[in-house]
Amino acid sequence: MLMLANKLTIDELASRIPDGAKVALPPDYAYCSLTAVRALIRRKVKGLHLVGVPSLGFQADMLIGAGCVDTLETAAVTLSEFGLAPRFTAAVKRAEINMMDATCPAIHAALQASEKGIPFIPLRGLIGSDILAHRKDWKVGDNPFAENDPVVYLPALKPDVALIHAPIGDKYGNVWVGVRREQMLMAHAASETFVTVEEIVDGNLMDDLKMKAATIPGLYISGITEAKKGAWPLGIPGGYNADHEHLQRYVDLAKTDEGFEQYLKEFVLETPAEAAE
Amino acid sequence: MKDVVLEEILIEAIAENLDGLRHVAVGASSPIPGAAALLARSRSKGKMRVSILGSEDNNFFSDGGKEIFDVAGQGRMDAFFLSGAQIDGKANVNLVSVGDYEQPKARFPGSFGSGYLYFVVPRVILFRLEHTPRTLVEKVDFISAPGFSDDNVYRPGGPHKLITDRCLFAVDKERKCFRLESVHPGHTVDEIHEQTGFKFDLPEGTVPETRIPNSETLHVIRGEVASEISEIYPAFAARVFGIGNES
Repeated sequence: MLMLANKLTIDELASRIPDGAKVALPPDYAYCSLTAVRALIRRKVKGLHLVGVPSLGFQADMLIGAGCVDTLETAAVTLSEFGLAPRFTAAVKRAEINMMDATCPAIHAALQASEKGIPFIPLRGLIGSDILAHRKDWKVGDNPFAENDPVVYLPALKPDVALIHAPIGDKYGNVWVGVRREQMLMAHAASETFVTVEEIVDGNLMDDLKMKAATIPGLYISGITEAKKGAWPLGIPGGYNADHEHLQRYVDLAKTDEGFEQYLKEFVLETPAEAAE
Repeated sequence: MKDVVLEEILIEAIAENLDGLRHVAVGASSPIPGAAALLARSRSKGKMRVSILGSEDNNFFSDGGKEIFDVAGQGRMDAFFLSGAQIDGKANVNLVSVGDYEQPKARFPGSFGSGYLYFVVPRVILFRLEHTPRTLVEKVDFISAPGFSDDNVYRPGGPHKLITDRCLFAVDKERKCFRLESVHPGHTVDEIHEQTGFKFDLPEGTVPETRIPNSETLHVIRGEVASEISEIYPAFAARVFGIGNES
């Protein structure tokens, strides 16, 4: 008999992500679990260290605005066509969060080191940049196989938690991520992965080779929650579109502290109903 | 035929710099470079690949977010585009902040892939459509990616051109600086001096005017290129080419 997935409610899932955890999140164009982000804000999580794989968007802006974040390790925080992320920008200008600016391939590579269980990984580029100058955890070393060839060493990046959304999962905890394979890298690298899915389907995703190639095995999944439209107000590629009207409303409100509080009250704090779905 | 617009001049000027390449990649939020890459691909008669982040039709990567960087690191990407909140006379690019890093006056999204791609992609074309002393500065406040490196640093890539809404600069790799290459129609060299925060070289003789695309090129830009770019940037395509629907 195959091991079954640990099915959680959205609030149970949020309770499994402790204060101070290093949490890896995907960018807005991948599969983001906004429903889990709202549950985290409701449970008043504190001191998170967010890792953007490789960048962050609405999820991070909301968590920062709600005071849940201490540290940001990311190549960027962007709301793409909606402009600068207002809560992120305000928090950095007030020096309220610890920034660990990175560049995209450094995050991918450092996660790959963790995936392989090796202590560090070298990366080209970066030398002479202020990204490197501010990253005390990165070092410039020698290429041991050549003369006079400096190269940047990145320590393995091991998130405590990868938090992702996906179109489908099954009762064994297998999760199909399609072409968003960085979400597979995140699951491989993190100690635990929590996932919300649009639908838990019948059968075993691993039985179909076409699906299996893009499926994270249940081995990596610590908990799974079924959440229809769990990415809302973002969309999911191949599924539903982002709710542009709502995102614009968020951006307008989040320009001020008061506006953001109003947004939280209206769409996050007083909507426990989504937990019961 | 309707009048040529600045965007079309920029698309042509960029496309000229992509001639003969095998793979041109375009990052997010870059409609003009995207259109230029599609124009160059059309002219290549099937010899050029173009990948555009954010596109469904023109993004062939299938191994996650890392693949585009792995491709670049191996030398399988010939050209890429970078912009910057600030770009300085040494071709340093700043995508992070203005003022003190710890408590900045202005904060932008972040460096994205620049801290890597600028080093490994042979032709990085810088573009900045606000050409003012505020954006083209003597020295950037934060170096997301340096324009040039010491001789012992692995650096197959780097800046190739800087294109703005006023002019086109070439890059002098020996002198590690920009040289004015051409001025767009309606702009002057004096104006470029006034609006540029860094010193740059001038070509010998008079500075040429940036070429206006001919009718054949305009036909391609306004036809197949406009139609393809509208898949990714519908608002841009509607504004510049009057096609599709902004909604």
